[in-house]
Amino acid sequence: MTDKPLTQNIIGFEGPTDLSRYQGNGGYSALRSTIGKTDPDAVLELIKDSNLKGRGGAGFPTGMKWSFVPKPDGKGHRYLIANADEMEPGTFKDRILMEKDPHQLIEGMILSAYTISADIGYIFIRAEYHAAIARLNEAIADAQAANLLGNNILDSDYSFRLHVHVSAGRYICGEETALLNSLEGKRAIPRAKPPFPQVSGLWGRPTIVNNVETLCNITHIVKHGPDWFKALGKGVDGGTKLFGASGRVKHPGCWELPMGTSIREILEDHAGGMADGYQLKGFLPGGASTDFLTPDHLDIPMEYDTVMKAGSRMGTGTMIILDDRSCPVGMIANLEKFFARESCGFCTPCREGLPWVQQILDKIEAGDGEMSDLDILERQSQFIGAIGNTHCAHAPGAIEPLASGMKYFRDDFIAHIEGKACPYTTGPD
Amino acid sequence: MPLIIVDDIEIEAAADANLLEVLLSNGVDIPYFCWHPAMGSVGACRQCAVIGYANEDDDRGRILMSCMTPITDGARFSVDAENAAMFRNSVIENLMLNHPHDCPVCEEGGECHLQDMTVMVGHKNRRYSGQKTTFRNQYLGPFIGHEMNRCITCYRCVRYYQDYAGGDDLGAFGSRDRVFFGRAESGLLENEFAGNLIEVCPTGVFTDKTLAKHYTRKWDLQSAPTICQSCSLGCNTYTSERYGELRRVHNRYHNEVNGYFLCDRGRFGAQHVNSDQRIPQAGQRNASGTYDPIPLEAALTNARNCLKGTVVGVGSPRASLEANEALRQLVGEANYCNGMTTRDRDMHQVILDVLDSHLNTPSMIEVESYDAILIVGEDVTNHAPRLALSIRQAVRGLSNELAGQSGIAEWHDAAVRELAQHDKSPLIVLTPMADRLDDVASESHRLAPNEIVALVEQITGALKGNEPSQAKDIANTLQKAKRPLIISGTSLGSTNLLKAAANLALVLSTKNPGTGIHLCASESNSLGVCLIDNDADTETLLAGKPDTLVILENDIDGRFGSAVLDGIGNIVVLDSLDNATVSRSTLVLPAASFAEAEGSFVNNEGRIQRSMAVFNPVGDIRPSYHLLSAIDGEAKTANQLQTQIAYDHSNLAAIKRCAPDENFRIKGSKVARMTHRGSGRTAIFANISVHEPQQTVDAESALAFTMEGDQSHAPSSLRSFTWSPGWNSNQSIHKFQREIGGPDKTEVAGLRLFESVKSLSAFTLQQETSSNLVGQCHIFGSDELSNYADELATLIPGLYARMNSATATSMGLSHRDGVSSLELQMTVLIDDDVAEGCVIYPLIPATAGLATLNLSDLKKIDDYQAPLDPLKPALITTDRTS
Repeated sequence: MTDKPLTQNIIGFEGPTDLSRYQGNGGYSALRSTIGKTDPDAVLELIKDSNLKGRGGAGFPTGMKWSFVPKPDGKGHRYLIANADEMEPGTFKDRILMEKDPHQLIEGMILSAYTISADIGYIFIRAEYHAAIARLNEAIADAQAANLLGNNILDSDYSFRLHVHVSAGRYICGEETALLNSLEGKRAIPRAKPPFPQVSGLWGRPTIVNNVETLCNITHIVKHGPDWFKALGKGVDGGTKLFGASGRVKHPGCWELPMGTSIREILEDHAGGMADGYQLKGFLPGGASTDFLTPDHLDIPMEYDTVMKAGSRMGTGTMIILDDRSCPVGMIANLEKFFARESCGFCTPCREGLPWVQQILDKIEAGDGEMSDLDILERQSQFIGAIGNTHCAHAPGAIEPLASGMKYFRDDFIAHIEGKACPYTTGPD
Repeated sequence: MPLIIVDDIEIEAAADANLLEVLLSNGVDIPYFCWHPAMGSVGACRQCAVIGYANEDDDRGRILMSCMTPITDGARFSVDAENAAMFRNSVIENLMLNHPHDCPVCEEGGECHLQDMTVMVGHKNRRYSGQKTTFRNQYLGPFIGHEMNRCITCYRCVRYYQDYAGGDDLGAFGSRDRVFFGRAESGLLENEFAGNLIEVCPTGVFTDKTLAKHYTRKWDLQSAPTICQSCSLGCNTYTSERYGELRRVHNRYHNEVNGYFLCDRGRFGAQHVNSDQRIPQAGQRNASGTYDPIPLEAALTNARNCLKGTVVGVGSPRASLEANEALRQLVGEANYCNGMTTRDRDMHQVILDVLDSHLNTPSMIEVESYDAILIVGEDVTNHAPRLALSIRQAVRGLSNELAGQSGIAEWHDAAVRELAQHDKSPLIVLTPMADRLDDVASESHRLAPNEIVALVEQITGALKGNEPSQAKDIANTLQKAKRPLIISGTSLGSTNLLKAAANLALVLSTKNPGTGIHLCASESNSLGVCLIDNDADTETLLAGKPDTLVILENDIDGRFGSAVLDGIGNIVVLDSLDNATVSRSTLVLPAASFAEAEGSFVNNEGRIQRSMAVFNPVGDIRPSYHLLSAIDGEAKTANQLQTQIAYDHSNLAAIKRCAPDENFRIKGSKVARMTHRGSGRTAIFANISVHEPQQTVDAESALAFTMEGDQSHAPSSLRSFTWSPGWNSNQSIHKFQREIGGPDKTEVAGLRLFESVKSLSAFTLQQETSSNLVGQCHIFGSDELSNYADELATLIPGLYARMNSATATSMGLSHRDGVSSLELQMTVLIDDDVAEGCVIYPLIPATAGLATLNLSDLKKIDDYQAPLDPLKPALITTDRTS
């Protein structure tokens, strides 16, 4: 049994794993032993016992999420959706899984759909992932031809149709309810919860939306059991996780490591430490919409609760590194520009608040800032920054690098204002 | 009722309401934008934030949107908490970043919800130094102006236009801080209820173009509560005036009739009051056939001198009860008729019989609660437009039911729509031509008028258990419903249609007492005049060729054909606008429009309602009831005539009680027609005298032509505008409601005349001449008076003859050919959504003569040149000058 289940078909193999290679490595054996043979509720128990937490960023227990789906009422379709709209800046983990081992996702989706009695699935995928789109479509066709997918899978009573839906290209489509609206052909505006998608999701029917990495884990849990899965983790959370690092490290990349691996180990052992001539100033541990942490936090294990306790979120687990020669104000301004642009425009704090924040940051970066601008930034951070203040989590996430940046790098802000110029000569690339 | 605690005060809350509604109903001033009482909550603007506490020990709480918060017993909230107030202040500050500082030149200024809310949260200092977002505006047609720079992106407009009113040509485009609300390209907003955008928009993005061309601030308008004259539904309106011109019409909330919305004919059609076709003074026809202006006194004397020999008074279904009563008294009961065609009168007698029976006859708002609707040959959207808006809400009944099963509150608008998607309650439309409600109908059938009658009889038969027929499915649908509703009306001119609809309702009601029937009448007072006419038949009286005809506000020439006036010596006409009958008169008297006269009207559900005079007519123009009573004595006031009506017609006794009379006072004061902020009254005539002029006295009603007097405590039938301190816009209506969407705190305006439980037996269908040449009503074009409104006139359809391809082939016609009849040239339009064998023409005044003709009367025109747009030949498609 491997300790790198998610990348076992990827590591050391150049091309994408096709159906025969996948099956040769034991693929679809979980499917064969489950569909029509194991009760869906029993599969649900396995997932619950494994304590698998969603890998999209929020870390909500997957089994619990699934358990909110009502029993089939025979009145219409039920949906399973893979959220493959990976657009978080600095995040590129799902891409690897889909490009290199598409059947792993497909098998995971069939098993998940079986568990929640879904009959239709969609892979909602980022439009720029051309290779992944092509390989998934190919893999779906192959799986269908082999009776692993489609009508009466493996001659059982269970049928599941799976489609690849290419996103029209908005960051907000990664929010699960905006994704649903987009899939329905509507404006990609998040929905108010409750009602939750489990009850009223796609076209008003019970729907589960899971991250690609989460779904990829399902096959292995079904195959090897929850205890094996839990033992993979180093700490409280079970399983492995695709961690990544980008920025001025020696070897930017993405690695499957046990949950609970320390940040220091990821940065120093796997990313090779900082590039020559650069010092670590801070980092966003889980993508662009998480709070900054500093070198003081290097020994924290990457787990949902521990990172939360340190004042940030593990998010997607893919870190963005800020070095000592790049301007933190410029970096934050760049991030806020992205988030302001990607606002769906529905609620006031996000739609109006983020562009204002971005304008002020640009002003400070250009050397035109005033001390009173910091008051506005703080007030805006409070106004936008709490879940509940806004319609969805987009804007509170967007504020996290700003609010934490103002805490850790306040001197940099003041230096910009007092010096009437950006003190960093090199600036970010 | 659950109890909640708001800032340490216990409040009783309706369990099915949201917190915002409860707060507003309890007098708490809390700002909001995206929530609308008729459209529920979506949580977009974040303006109505409060603090909610988890339990007794929670002293921090968290920010909640009150519009998205359900009521639970014992829940604790704070509106006043400092962080909640700060949050609401920040929402306004952020909304104002891109909002222009153009209040002084904005049409919304002075009744702007955004202004009110900005003042309410106390935001006054601008900290934003960046550039404002700008947009390019669009031409949206003759009624509605567009200024996108003012937009605060509350999404109310698209939610109203698409979700509530069923429009598809206004949308939200783009994202982030550049969301654009408009059409895909400039052009007429096509929805018949687009005018409500003016009131739905919380600021000045969508404004009233007909007001803007002679703009006046709300606070300078003189207004009165009026009843819309443009169809039989009797929607409640505020009509406003300044300097002798009608400036605008706004919705006047009535919880049973029109709720929060009007149709565009009602809103923009009243501009006929300002038409240059108004008759300004009395005229006597001279030998050369033109009219000599004569003084009013002389005209009244001349009129008196005409009352010799046989005299017939022709009343009018578009005139008030008071005016008709004054005519009846002038000519005597035996010589009065109501001026309706025999067919029209027969149809309204069926409606009256239905109203005066045990059948449920729901009001327009009650229609929204029926869960299966069958429309029997009535073109609702074009004939009784506001009702179509209610039908569009009724088909959402299934959505609300499904939401209820899933524990989703009805006010949670987005969630209900996402859950129910396209699931709708059944709506079955039986009409000869494509219907505007087809988009929400579960099934539509295109049938000739007599085929509709036949199908409805089959449905009735199927309900009785007769042999299976194609009607069985429709019968089953109606039978399965908890509250089935039959809707029909007079638009196809068929008495049998109404009778067949009533017979169906009768049979259905024996199986389900919840059955309802809603019948649309023809004109604003069709039912009212049928109640005072003593069964006199107008056509019989006219055929008797009396020596003198006194015609009250009725285009007899158009209604009965020009031959009816041939050979009559004295034709005395009272009307406000020039028409064919006025041109045939020997003596014409200048009658006031609805805006210049008080009047009582009975709508299609038998509700008697009072419309008040907004302003005094200029010059010699007088209310018809003044003129008529002054011909033969003292001019009578509306109140005197109301007393007389109540005395003479026991079934109209409620006329005295449907609104307070002229003696009504609040602490000794009359009710003001102007706001207390009305400006300039000492300055208007300062070029003549610097002394304040004597204010015009209204000797005939409880309203005053000034800003003096009470307003806030006026009963709704006398309230001249909606205003409350801090709430200058029409959003202030919640201050006058018992609860959100509920009745007025004062008495209910208007009274239902029929609360009968009389049992009704089935109608016998008569032999009826039925032609396949069918007139189609048009919201813009079919109402006589509103056609005189300048802007509305540009939307009157051209002459067309619409038929399906099979009919066209059989008649040897093709698309854009021409056919003629009675010297009218019509463009042939091929439309396969027309009943087989029928030819549809537009029902506008010019085509009145076609009513009695048949397909064989249409002759093909050789070398016909079809107009570019045969449906809207007069529409101006841009307001850009080259």
